[in-house]
Amino acid sequence: MGAIIETKQLTHTYSQGTPFEHTALDCVDFSASRGEYLAVIGRTGSGKSTLIQHLNGLLKPTAGQVLFDGADIWESKDRTRQVRCQVGLVFQYPEYQLFEETVYQDIAFGPKNMGLDRDEVDRRVKQSARFVGLEPGVLEKSPFDLSGGQKRRVAIAGVIAMEPQVLVLDEPTAGLDPSGAARILDNIRTYHQEKNACIILVSHSMEEVAREADRLVVIHRGAIPFSGTPERVFTHGEELEAMGLGVPAMTRVFARLRSMGVDLPASVYTIPQAREAVLAALHRREEH
Amino acid sequence: MSDQPILRTEHLTFRYTTEEGVAPTVLDGVSLTIRPGEFVAVLGHNGSGKSTLAKHFNAILLPSGGKVWVDGMDSCDEDKLLDIRRRVGMVFQNPDNQIVASVVEEDVAFGPENLGVPSAEIRERVDAALAAVGMTDYARHAPHLLSGGQKQRVAIAGVLAMRPRCIVLDEPTAMLDPVGRKEVLDTIRRLNREQNITVVLITHHMDEAAQADRLIVMHDGHIVADDKPELVFQNVDGLRSLGLEVPEPVALLYELRQAGVDVPLTALTVDECAGVLKELLCIVP
Repeated sequence: MGAIIETKQLTHTYSQGTPFEHTALDCVDFSASRGEYLAVIGRTGSGKSTLIQHLNGLLKPTAGQVLFDGADIWESKDRTRQVRCQVGLVFQYPEYQLFEETVYQDIAFGPKNMGLDRDEVDRRVKQSARFVGLEPGVLEKSPFDLSGGQKRRVAIAGVIAMEPQVLVLDEPTAGLDPSGAARILDNIRTYHQEKNACIILVSHSMEEVAREADRLVVIHRGAIPFSGTPERVFTHGEELEAMGLGVPAMTRVFARLRSMGVDLPASVYTIPQAREAVLAALHRREEH
Repeated sequence: MSDQPILRTEHLTFRYTTEEGVAPTVLDGVSLTIRPGEFVAVLGHNGSGKSTLAKHFNAILLPSGGKVWVDGMDSCDEDKLLDIRRRVGMVFQNPDNQIVASVVEEDVAFGPENLGVPSAEIRERVDAALAAVGMTDYARHAPHLLSGGQKQRVAIAGVLAMRPRCIVLDEPTAMLDPVGRKEVLDTIRRLNREQNITVVLITHHMDEAAQADRLIVMHDGHIVADDKPELVFQNVDGLRSLGLEVPEPVALLYELRQAGVDVPLTALTVDECAGVLKELLCIVP
Protein backbone atom coordinates (compact mmCIF):
# COMPACT_ATOMS: atom_id res chain seq x y z
CA MET A 1 0.00 0.00 0.00
CA GLY A 2 1.50 3.32 -1.06
CA ALA A 3 1.86 6.27 1.26
CA ILE A 4 -0.88 8.87 0.97
CA ILE A 5 1.10 11.38 2.97
CA GLU A 6 4.78 11.38 3.81
CA THR A 7 7.61 13.62 4.87
CA LYS A 8 11.15 13.23 3.56
CA GLN A 9 14.02 14.50 5.68
CA LEU A 10 11.65 17.13 7.06
CA THR A 11 13.39 19.77 9.17
CA HIS A 12 11.71 22.72 10.81
CA THR A 13 13.56 25.45 12.64
CA TYR A 14 11.61 28.16 14.45
CA SER A 15 12.95 31.75 14.59
CA GLN A 16 15.88 30.90 12.38
CA GLY A 17 18.76 33.36 12.61
CA THR A 18 17.65 34.75 15.97
CA PRO A 19 18.91 33.94 19.49
CA PHE A 20 15.65 31.95 19.94
CA GLU A 21 16.43 29.58 17.08
CA HIS A 22 15.03 26.16 17.85
CA THR A 23 14.95 23.08 15.65
CA ALA A 24 11.65 21.33 16.37
CA LEU A 25 11.99 18.63 13.70
CA ASP A 26 15.26 17.24 12.47
CA CYS A 27 15.33 15.21 9.22
CA VAL A 28 12.09 13.36 9.92
CA ASP A 29 10.86 10.61 7.58
CA PHE A 30 7.21 9.99 8.34
CA SER A 31 4.64 8.21 6.24
CA ALA A 32 1.02 7.12 6.49
CA SER A 33 -0.86 4.86 4.10
CA ARG A 34 -4.36 5.13 2.67
CA GLY A 35 -6.83 3.59 5.11
CA GLU A 36 -4.33 3.37 7.94
CA TYR A 37 -5.23 4.30 11.54
CA LEU A 38 -2.14 5.81 13.05
CA ALA A 39 -1.42 7.37 16.44
CA VAL A 40 1.33 9.86 17.14
CA ILE A 41 2.61 9.94 20.71
CA GLY A 42 5.18 12.25 22.28
CA ARG A 43 5.63 14.67 25.16
CA THR A 44 4.63 18.31 25.05
CA GLY A 45 7.39 20.01 23.07
CA SER A 46 8.52 16.80 21.32
CA GLY A 47 7.72 18.22 17.89
CA LYS A 48 4.46 16.38 17.21
CA SER A 49 2.36 19.53 16.72
CA THR A 50 5.01 20.93 14.41
CA LEU A 51 4.87 17.70 12.40
CA ILE A 52 1.10 17.63 11.99
CA GLN A 53 0.99 21.29 10.98
CA HIS A 54 3.26 20.40 8.07
CA LEU A 55 0.87 17.72 6.83
CA ASN A 56 -1.62 20.21 5.42
CA GLY A 57 0.77 23.02 4.71
CA LEU A 58 0.15 25.24 7.72
CA LEU A 59 3.89 25.28 8.25
CA LYS A 60 6.48 25.26 5.48
CA PRO A 61 9.52 23.01 5.87
CA THR A 62 12.84 24.70 6.59
CA ALA A 63 14.34 21.77 4.68
CA GLY A 64 13.02 18.53 3.25
CA GLN A 65 9.67 17.73 1.67
CA VAL A 66 6.04 16.94 2.42
CA LEU A 67 4.43 14.70 -0.22
CA PHE A 68 0.72 14.06 -0.71
CA ASP A 69 -0.03 11.19 -3.08
CA GLY A 70 3.58 11.25 -4.17
CA ALA A 71 3.81 14.94 -5.13
CA ASP A 72 5.26 17.86 -3.16
CA ILE A 73 2.49 19.87 -1.51
CA TRP A 74 4.45 23.10 -2.10
CA GLU A 75 4.80 22.44 -5.84
CA SER A 76 2.31 25.20 -6.70
CA LYS A 77 -0.22 27.42 -4.96
CA ASP A 78 -3.06 25.32 -6.39
CA ARG A 79 -1.52 22.13 -5.10
CA THR A 80 -1.15 23.53 -1.58
CA ARG A 81 -4.77 24.69 -1.61
CA GLN A 82 -5.97 21.32 -2.85
CA VAL A 83 -4.04 19.48 -0.15
CA ARG A 84 -5.60 21.67 2.55
CA CYS A 85 -8.98 20.16 1.60
CA GLN A 86 -7.59 16.64 1.41
CA VAL A 87 -5.81 16.70 4.75
CA GLY A 88 -8.22 17.80 7.48
CA LEU A 89 -6.72 19.06 10.71
CA VAL A 90 -8.72 19.16 13.95
CA PHE A 91 -6.87 21.19 16.56
CA GLN A 92 -6.87 20.79 20.32
CA TYR A 93 -10.03 22.22 21.89
CA PRO A 94 -11.53 22.92 18.44
CA GLU A 95 -14.78 24.08 20.05
CA TYR A 96 -13.13 27.45 20.66
CA GLN A 97 -12.98 27.94 16.90
CA LEU A 98 -16.72 27.82 16.26
CA PHE A 99 -17.93 31.19 15.08
CA GLU A 100 -21.06 30.98 12.90
CA GLU A 101 -24.62 31.75 13.90
CA THR A 102 -25.89 28.21 13.48
CA VAL A 103 -24.36 24.79 13.69
CA TYR A 104 -25.35 24.23 10.03
CA GLN A 105 -23.45 27.32 8.86
CA ASP A 106 -20.43 26.39 10.90
CA ILE A 107 -20.19 22.92 9.40
CA ALA A 108 -20.89 24.34 5.91
CA PHE A 109 -17.99 26.82 6.11
CA GLY A 110 -15.31 24.42 4.82
CA PRO A 111 -17.23 22.86 1.92
CA LYS A 112 -18.51 26.31 0.84
CA ASN A 113 -14.96 27.56 0.66
CA MET A 114 -14.11 24.60 -1.55
CA GLY A 115 -16.50 26.13 -4.09
CA LEU A 116 -19.04 23.29 -3.96
CA ASP A 117 -22.62 23.97 -5.07
CA ARG A 118 -25.40 24.39 -2.57
CA ASP A 119 -26.84 20.87 -2.89
CA GLU A 120 -23.47 19.25 -2.39
CA VAL A 121 -22.74 21.48 0.63
CA ASP A 122 -26.11 20.50 2.07
CA ARG A 123 -25.46 16.80 1.53
CA ARG A 124 -22.08 17.06 3.20
CA VAL A 125 -23.33 19.05 6.19
CA LYS A 126 -26.05 16.48 6.83
CA GLN A 127 -23.76 13.54 6.32
CA SER A 128 -21.01 14.84 8.60
CA ALA A 129 -23.56 15.78 11.25
CA ARG A 130 -24.71 12.16 11.11
CA PHE A 131 -21.12 10.91 11.35
CA VAL A 132 -20.58 12.72 14.63
CA GLY A 133 -24.02 11.82 15.96
CA LEU A 134 -25.63 15.29 15.96
CA GLU A 135 -29.43 15.20 15.82
CA PRO A 136 -30.92 17.10 12.83
CA GLY A 137 -32.61 19.49 15.28
CA VAL A 138 -29.24 20.71 16.50
CA LEU A 139 -28.30 22.09 13.08
CA GLU A 140 -30.42 25.22 13.45
CA LYS A 141 -29.18 25.99 16.97
CA SER A 142 -26.42 28.41 17.83
CA PRO A 143 -23.20 26.46 18.44
CA PHE A 144 -22.74 28.48 21.63
CA ASP A 145 -25.86 26.95 23.19
CA LEU A 146 -24.44 23.42 23.03
CA SER A 147 -22.59 21.41 25.67
CA GLY A 148 -18.80 21.07 25.50
CA GLY A 149 -18.90 17.58 24.00
CA GLN A 150 -21.48 18.59 21.38
CA LYS A 151 -19.48 21.69 20.40
CA ARG A 152 -16.46 19.52 19.86
CA ARG A 153 -18.45 17.19 17.62
CA VAL A 154 -19.63 20.21 15.58
CA ALA A 155 -16.01 21.30 15.14
CA ILE A 156 -15.01 17.81 13.98
CA ALA A 157 -18.02 17.68 11.62
CA GLY A 158 -16.79 20.92 10.06
CA VAL A 159 -13.54 19.25 9.09
CA ILE A 160 -15.16 15.96 8.04
CA ALA A 161 -17.51 17.91 5.74
CA MET A 162 -14.53 18.60 3.48
CA GLU A 163 -14.30 14.79 3.14
CA PRO A 164 -10.54 14.72 3.66
CA GLN A 165 -8.65 11.56 2.76
CA VAL A 166 -6.41 12.18 5.73
CA LEU A 167 -7.95 13.25 9.03
CA VAL A 168 -5.52 14.51 11.66
CA LEU A 169 -6.84 15.06 15.20
CA ASP A 170 -4.80 16.66 17.98
CA GLU A 171 -6.03 15.25 21.31
CA PRO A 172 -9.69 15.08 20.34
CA THR A 173 -10.75 13.62 23.71
CA ALA A 174 -8.90 16.01 26.07
CA GLY A 175 -11.19 17.31 28.81
CA LEU A 176 -14.12 15.01 27.93
CA ASP A 177 -15.72 12.52 30.30
CA PRO A 178 -15.26 8.81 29.46
CA SER A 179 -18.53 8.42 27.56
CA GLY A 180 -17.99 11.67 25.64
CA ALA A 181 -14.49 10.50 24.75
CA ALA A 182 -15.76 7.06 23.68
CA ARG A 183 -18.39 8.66 21.42
CA ILE A 184 -15.83 10.86 19.65
CA LEU A 185 -13.52 7.88 19.13
CA ASP A 186 -16.47 5.92 17.70
CA ASN A 187 -17.21 8.78 15.28
CA ILE A 188 -13.60 8.79 14.14
CA ARG A 189 -13.63 5.03 13.64
CA THR A 190 -16.85 5.24 11.59
CA TYR A 191 -15.31 7.87 9.33
CA HIS A 192 -12.18 5.75 9.02
CA GLN A 193 -14.15 2.66 7.98
CA GLU A 194 -16.80 4.18 5.74
CA LYS A 195 -14.43 6.44 3.80
CA ASN A 196 -11.34 4.25 3.99
CA ALA A 197 -9.69 7.43 5.24
CA CYS A 198 -6.28 7.66 6.85
CA ILE A 199 -6.56 8.73 10.50
CA ILE A 200 -3.69 10.34 12.40
CA LEU A 201 -4.58 10.60 16.09
CA VAL A 202 -2.40 12.60 18.47
CA SER A 203 -2.99 11.51 22.06
CA HIS A 204 -1.44 11.55 25.51
CA SER A 205 -3.33 8.46 26.62
CA MET A 206 -1.41 5.25 26.05
CA GLU A 207 -4.56 3.23 26.79
CA GLU A 208 -6.44 5.15 24.12
CA VAL A 209 -3.83 4.71 21.38
CA ALA A 210 -3.42 1.04 22.33
CA ARG A 211 -7.14 0.47 21.74
CA GLU A 212 -7.61 2.57 18.62
CA ALA A 213 -4.54 2.58 16.40
CA ASP A 214 -3.02 -0.02 14.05
CA ARG A 215 0.37 1.64 14.24
CA LEU A 216 2.11 4.02 16.63
CA VAL A 217 4.68 6.66 15.77
CA VAL A 218 6.77 7.93 18.68
CA ILE A 219 8.18 11.45 18.45
CA HIS A 220 10.96 12.49 20.76
CA ARG A 221 13.16 15.58 20.52
CA GLY A 222 12.23 16.24 16.92
CA ALA A 223 12.92 12.70 15.66
CA ILE A 224 11.09 9.36 15.38
CA PRO A 225 12.98 6.86 17.56
CA PHE A 226 10.51 4.07 16.79
CA SER A 227 7.25 3.22 15.16
CA GLY A 228 5.29 0.02 14.63
CA THR A 229 2.32 -1.93 15.93
CA PRO A 230 1.31 -1.13 19.53
CA GLU A 231 2.53 -4.60 20.44
CA ARG A 232 6.03 -3.84 19.19
CA VAL A 233 6.25 -0.24 20.39
CA PHE A 234 5.09 -1.10 23.91
CA THR A 235 7.93 -3.61 24.31
CA HIS A 236 10.16 -0.50 24.62
CA GLY A 237 8.68 0.20 28.07
CA GLU A 238 11.78 1.63 29.68
CA GLU A 239 12.70 3.87 26.77
CA LEU A 240 9.11 5.17 26.59
CA GLU A 241 9.19 5.83 30.31
CA ALA A 242 12.44 7.78 29.89
CA MET A 243 10.79 9.83 27.15
CA GLY A 244 8.00 10.72 29.55
CA LEU A 245 5.40 8.51 27.85
CA GLY A 246 5.09 5.16 29.54
CA VAL A 247 3.00 2.16 28.50
CA PRO A 248 -0.68 1.24 29.05
CA ALA A 249 -1.77 0.05 32.49
CA MET A 250 -2.32 -3.52 31.20
CA THR A 251 1.23 -3.70 29.86
CA ARG A 252 2.47 -2.64 33.29
CA VAL A 253 0.32 -5.22 35.09
CA PHE A 254 1.72 -7.99 32.88
CA ALA A 255 5.32 -6.77 33.14
CA ARG A 256 4.92 -6.81 36.92
CA LEU A 257 3.53 -10.38 36.86
CA ARG A 258 6.33 -11.59 34.58
CA SER A 259 8.92 -10.06 36.90
CA MET A 260 7.32 -12.10 39.71
CA GLY A 261 7.94 -15.22 37.68
CA VAL A 262 4.42 -15.79 36.31
CA ASP A 263 4.51 -17.22 32.80
CA LEU A 264 2.45 -14.83 30.67
CA PRO A 265 2.85 -13.28 27.21
CA ALA A 266 4.70 -9.95 26.97
CA SER A 267 2.54 -8.56 24.18
CA VAL A 268 -0.56 -7.58 26.20
CA TYR A 269 -1.68 -3.95 26.09
CA THR A 270 -5.50 -3.88 26.13
CA ILE A 271 -8.14 -5.23 28.53
CA PRO A 272 -9.55 -7.87 26.10
CA GLN A 273 -6.02 -9.18 25.50
CA ALA A 274 -5.32 -9.26 29.23
CA ARG A 275 -8.57 -11.13 29.84
CA GLU A 276 -7.72 -13.74 27.20
CA ALA A 277 -4.17 -14.17 28.51
CA VAL A 278 -5.33 -14.71 32.11
CA LEU A 279 -8.08 -17.13 31.07
CA ALA A 280 -5.62 -19.08 28.90
CA ALA A 281 -3.15 -19.30 31.80
CA LEU A 282 -5.92 -20.57 34.10
CA HIS A 283 -6.91 -23.14 31.52
CA ARG A 284 -3.33 -24.38 31.15
CA ARG A 285 -3.05 -24.72 34.90
CA GLU A 286 -6.18 -26.84 35.08
CA GLU A 287 -4.89 -29.20 32.43
CA HIS A 288 -1.77 -29.97 34.46
CA MET B 1 -10.80 23.63 65.66
CA SER B 2 -9.94 20.68 63.50
CA ASP B 3 -13.36 19.23 64.15
CA GLN B 4 -14.96 22.05 62.21
CA PRO B 5 -15.52 21.05 58.58
CA ILE B 6 -13.41 23.04 56.13
CA LEU B 7 -16.23 22.84 53.59
CA ARG B 8 -19.88 22.20 54.23
CA THR B 9 -22.91 22.52 52.00
CA GLU B 10 -26.48 22.05 53.05
CA HIS B 11 -29.23 21.52 50.46
CA LEU B 12 -27.14 23.54 48.03
CA THR B 13 -29.11 24.41 44.90
CA PHE B 14 -27.83 26.41 41.97
CA ARG B 15 -29.54 27.67 38.81
CA TYR B 16 -27.97 29.76 36.09
CA THR B 17 -30.11 32.68 35.00
CA THR B 18 -30.35 33.04 31.25
CA GLU B 19 -31.65 35.85 29.05
CA GLU B 20 -34.98 34.09 28.49
CA GLY B 21 -35.29 33.64 32.22
CA VAL B 22 -35.28 29.85 31.85
CA ALA B 23 -33.10 28.56 34.63
CA PRO B 24 -31.81 25.01 34.39
CA THR B 25 -30.97 23.57 37.79
CA VAL B 26 -27.30 22.58 37.92
CA LEU B 27 -27.07 21.62 41.58
CA ASP B 28 -30.11 20.14 43.21
CA GLY B 29 -29.93 19.90 47.00
CA VAL B 30 -26.30 18.90 47.56
CA SER B 31 -25.36 18.29 51.19
CA LEU B 32 -21.73 17.55 51.84
CA THR B 33 -19.12 17.82 54.58
CA ILE B 34 -15.36 17.84 53.95
CA ARG B 35 -13.03 17.77 56.97
CA PRO B 36 -9.56 19.33 57.23
CA GLY B 37 -6.81 17.16 55.73
CA GLU B 38 -9.07 15.08 53.49
CA PHE B 39 -8.13 14.28 49.89
CA VAL B 40 -11.41 14.12 48.00
CA ALA B 41 -11.84 13.41 44.28
CA VAL B 42 -15.01 14.37 42.43
CA LEU B 43 -16.09 12.46 39.31
CA GLY B 44 -19.02 13.08 37.02
CA HIS B 45 -19.79 13.43 33.33
CA ASN B 46 -19.55 16.81 31.58
CA GLY B 47 -22.48 18.84 32.83
CA SER B 48 -23.03 16.80 35.99
CA GLY B 49 -22.51 19.89 38.15
CA LYS B 50 -19.07 19.11 39.56
CA SER B 51 -17.36 22.32 38.40
CA THR B 52 -20.34 24.35 39.56
CA LEU B 53 -20.02 22.71 42.97
CA ALA B 54 -16.30 23.51 43.06
CA LYS B 55 -16.95 27.18 42.32
CA HIS B 56 -19.11 27.37 45.43
CA PHE B 57 -16.16 26.34 47.58
CA ASN B 58 -14.55 29.78 47.44
CA ALA B 59 -17.58 31.90 46.67
CA ILE B 60 -16.98 32.36 42.94
CA LEU B 61 -20.61 31.29 42.73
CA LEU B 62 -23.20 31.83 45.44
CA PRO B 63 -26.06 29.40 46.13
CA SER B 64 -29.50 29.94 44.61
CA GLY B 65 -30.81 27.92 47.54
CA GLY B 66 -29.31 26.25 50.61
CA LYS B 67 -26.05 27.20 52.25
CA VAL B 68 -22.28 26.86 51.89
CA TRP B 69 -19.88 27.29 54.81
CA VAL B 70 -16.16 27.63 54.30
CA ASP B 71 -14.28 26.99 57.53
CA GLY B 72 -17.44 27.98 59.34
CA MET B 73 -18.02 31.17 57.31
CA ASP B 74 -21.25 31.59 55.36
CA SER B 75 -20.21 32.10 51.70
CA CYS B 76 -23.00 34.67 51.26
CA ASP B 77 -21.47 36.92 53.93
CA GLU B 78 -19.76 39.62 51.84
CA ASP B 79 -17.56 40.72 54.74
CA LYS B 80 -16.01 37.28 54.82
CA LEU B 81 -15.25 37.08 51.09
CA LEU B 82 -11.53 37.84 51.40
CA ASP B 83 -11.15 35.41 54.29
CA ILE B 84 -12.92 32.70 52.30
CA ARG B 85 -10.69 33.23 49.26
CA ARG B 86 -7.64 33.08 51.55
CA ARG B 87 -8.83 29.83 53.05
CA VAL B 88 -9.64 28.04 49.78
CA GLY B 89 -7.52 28.41 46.62
CA MET B 90 -8.59 27.32 43.14
CA VAL B 91 -6.53 25.86 40.30
CA PHE B 92 -8.14 25.54 36.86
CA GLN B 93 -7.66 23.45 33.73
CA ASN B 94 -5.66 25.75 31.49
CA PRO B 95 -2.36 26.89 33.03
CA ASP B 96 -2.01 29.65 30.43
CA ASN B 97 -5.12 31.40 31.73
CA GLN B 98 -3.84 31.49 35.30
CA ILE B 99 -0.39 32.94 34.98
CA VAL B 100 -0.24 36.72 35.04
CA ALA B 101 3.41 37.74 35.47
CA SER B 102 6.41 37.34 33.15
CA VAL B 103 8.69 35.89 35.83
CA VAL B 104 7.75 32.76 37.82
CA GLU B 105 8.44 34.19 41.28
CA GLU B 106 6.54 37.39 40.53
CA ASP B 107 3.59 35.32 39.48
CA VAL B 108 3.66 33.38 42.73
CA ALA B 109 3.96 36.69 44.66
CA PHE B 110 0.83 38.12 43.01
CA GLY B 111 -1.59 36.65 45.55
CA PRO B 112 0.18 37.65 48.78
CA GLU B 113 0.95 41.11 47.33
CA ASN B 114 -2.77 41.62 46.87
CA LEU B 115 -3.40 40.51 50.42
CA GLY B 116 -1.06 43.29 51.59
CA VAL B 117 1.49 40.89 53.08
CA PRO B 118 4.75 42.70 54.09
CA SER B 119 7.47 42.24 51.47
CA ALA B 120 9.88 40.25 53.66
CA GLU B 121 7.13 37.76 54.32
CA ILE B 122 6.18 37.63 50.65
CA ARG B 123 9.77 36.57 49.89
CA GLU B 124 9.51 33.85 52.48
CA ARG B 125 6.13 32.63 51.23
CA VAL B 126 7.20 32.60 47.58
CA ASP B 127 10.33 30.61 48.35
CA ALA B 128 8.39 28.13 50.47
CA ALA B 129 5.65 27.74 47.84
CA LEU B 130 8.12 27.16 45.00
CA ALA B 131 10.02 24.65 47.13
CA ALA B 132 6.78 22.83 47.95
CA VAL B 133 5.99 22.27 44.26
CA GLY B 134 9.63 21.55 43.32
CA MET B 135 10.06 24.66 41.17
CA THR B 136 12.73 26.57 43.16
CA ASP B 137 15.23 26.31 40.30
CA TYR B 138 12.78 28.06 37.98
CA ALA B 139 12.09 31.09 40.19
CA ARG B 140 13.59 33.54 37.68
CA HIS B 141 12.35 31.80 34.54
CA ALA B 142 9.70 33.05 32.14
CA PRO B 143 6.49 31.04 32.71
CA HIS B 144 5.61 30.78 29.01
CA LEU B 145 8.74 28.73 28.36
CA LEU B 146 7.82 26.06 30.92
CA SER B 147 6.10 22.75 30.17
CA GLY B 148 2.40 22.32 30.96
CA GLY B 149 3.11 20.35 34.13
CA GLN B 150 5.57 22.99 35.32
CA LYS B 151 3.09 25.79 34.60
CA GLN B 152 0.41 23.99 36.61
CA ARG B 153 2.86 23.60 39.49
CA VAL B 154 3.55 27.35 39.34
CA ALA B 155 -0.21 27.94 39.45
CA ILE B 156 -0.41 25.69 42.53
CA ALA B 157 2.52 27.61 44.10
CA GLY B 158 0.62 30.84 43.47
CA VAL B 159 -2.29 29.44 45.46
CA LEU B 160 0.01 28.08 48.18
CA ALA B 161 1.58 31.51 48.70
CA MET B 162 -1.82 32.63 49.99
CA ARG B 163 -1.41 29.98 52.73
CA PRO B 164 -4.77 28.31 52.09
CA ARG B 165 -6.13 25.46 54.17
CA CYS B 166 -7.78 23.89 51.16
CA ILE B 167 -7.01 23.70 47.44
CA VAL B 168 -9.72 22.96 44.89
CA LEU B 169 -8.41 21.79 41.50
CA ASP B 170 -10.76 21.66 38.52
CA GLU B 171 -9.34 19.15 36.00
CA PRO B 172 -5.78 20.38 36.50
CA THR B 173 -4.26 17.69 34.27
CA ALA B 174 -6.66 17.69 31.31
CA MET B 175 -4.18 19.50 29.08
CA LEU B 176 -1.02 17.74 30.25
CA ASP B 177 1.06 14.85 28.93
CA PRO B 178 1.67 11.77 31.12
CA VAL B 179 4.74 13.22 32.84
CA GLY B 180 3.00 16.53 33.48
CA ARG B 181 0.03 14.68 34.97
CA LYS B 182 2.25 12.70 37.29
CA GLU B 183 4.15 15.85 38.40
CA VAL B 184 0.91 17.58 39.32
CA LEU B 185 -0.63 14.56 41.06
CA ASP B 186 2.53 13.86 43.05
CA THR B 187 2.63 17.52 44.11
CA ILE B 188 -1.00 17.48 45.24
CA ARG B 189 -0.54 14.29 47.21
CA ARG B 190 2.57 15.58 48.92
CA LEU B 191 0.90 18.85 49.94
CA ASN B 192 -1.97 16.86 51.36
CA ARG B 193 0.23 14.46 53.31
CA GLU B 194 3.02 16.75 54.46
CA GLN B 195 1.22 20.05 54.97
CA ASN B 196 -2.19 18.61 55.77
CA ILE B 197 -3.82 20.79 53.13
CA THR B 198 -7.34 19.67 52.23
CA VAL B 199 -7.55 18.76 48.54
CA VAL B 200 -10.63 18.62 46.34
CA LEU B 201 -9.68 17.23 42.93
CA ILE B 202 -12.15 17.31 40.06
CA THR B 203 -11.07 14.95 37.33
CA HIS B 204 -12.04 12.79 34.36
CA HIS B 205 -9.12 10.44 34.92
CA MET B 206 -10.20 7.37 36.86
CA ASP B 207 -6.63 6.54 37.85
CA GLU B 208 -6.30 9.99 39.46
CA ALA B 209 -9.59 9.59 41.32
CA ALA B 210 -8.31 6.23 42.59
CA GLN B 211 -5.49 8.02 44.43
CA ALA B 212 -7.84 10.02 46.67
CA ASP B 213 -8.98 8.95 50.15
CA ARG B 214 -12.59 9.66 49.30
CA LEU B 215 -14.48 9.70 46.03
CA ILE B 216 -17.65 11.63 45.31
CA VAL B 217 -19.65 10.91 42.15
CA MET B 218 -21.96 13.61 40.78
CA HIS B 219 -24.83 13.05 38.38
CA ASP B 220 -27.45 15.58 37.24
CA GLY B 221 -26.72 17.92 40.13
CA HIS B 222 -26.87 15.22 42.80
CA ILE B 223 -24.29 13.26 44.75
CA VAL B 224 -24.88 9.62 43.78
CA ALA B 225 -21.90 8.02 45.52
CA ASP B 226 -19.57 9.12 48.31
CA ASP B 227 -17.17 6.56 49.73
CA LYS B 228 -13.64 5.16 49.56
CA PRO B 229 -12.49 4.81 45.92
CA GLU B 230 -12.04 1.04 46.22
CA LEU B 231 -15.70 0.74 47.23
CA VAL B 232 -17.12 3.20 44.68
CA PHE B 233 -15.23 1.56 41.82
CA GLN B 234 -16.71 -1.86 42.62
CA ASN B 235 -19.99 -0.67 41.14
CA VAL B 236 -18.73 -1.04 37.57
CA ASP B 237 -22.16 -1.26 35.91
CA GLY B 238 -23.50 1.66 37.91
CA LEU B 239 -20.61 3.94 36.98
CA ARG B 240 -20.83 2.95 33.32
CA SER B 241 -24.53 3.73 33.25
CA LEU B 242 -23.59 7.28 34.34
CA GLY B 243 -21.14 7.62 31.44
CA LEU B 244 -18.14 7.01 33.68
CA GLU B 245 -15.50 4.31 33.74
CA VAL B 246 -13.38 2.46 36.28
CA PRO B 247 -9.55 2.30 36.40
CA GLU B 248 -8.15 -0.25 33.93
CA PRO B 249 -7.08 -2.75 36.65
CA VAL B 250 -10.66 -2.85 37.97
CA ALA B 251 -12.00 -3.19 34.41
CA LEU B 252 -9.82 -6.26 33.85
CA LEU B 253 -10.86 -7.89 37.14
CA TYR B 254 -14.49 -7.17 36.27
CA GLU B 255 -14.07 -8.91 32.90
CA LEU B 256 -12.55 -11.91 34.63
CA ARG B 257 -15.43 -12.08 37.09
CA GLN B 258 -17.87 -11.96 34.17
CA ALA B 259 -16.00 -14.99 32.80
CA GLY B 260 -16.61 -16.81 36.07
CA VAL B 261 -13.23 -16.27 37.73
CA ASP B 262 -13.42 -15.50 41.44
CA VAL B 263 -11.34 -12.34 41.91
CA PRO B 264 -12.02 -9.31 44.12
CA LEU B 265 -12.74 -5.95 42.45
CA THR B 266 -10.78 -3.91 44.96
CA ALA B 267 -7.40 -3.66 43.19
CA LEU B 268 -7.18 -0.08 41.91
CA THR B 269 -3.52 0.14 41.01
CA VAL B 270 -1.24 -1.79 38.67
CA ASP B 271 0.64 -3.31 41.62
CA GLU B 272 -2.52 -4.35 43.46
CA CYS B 273 -3.94 -5.88 40.27
CA ALA B 274 -0.71 -7.80 39.62
CA GLY B 275 -0.87 -9.03 43.22
CA VAL B 276 -4.42 -10.35 42.80
CA LEU B 277 -3.56 -12.08 39.52
CA LYS B 278 -0.39 -13.60 40.93
CA GLU B 279 -2.38 -15.17 43.73
CA LEU B 280 -4.95 -16.42 41.23
CA LEU B 281 -2.41 -17.95 38.86
CA CYS B 282 0.11 -19.31 41.33
CA ILE B 283 -2.08 -21.21 43.77
CA VAL B 284 -1.71 -24.92 43.12
CA PRO B 285 -5.23 -26.28 42.60
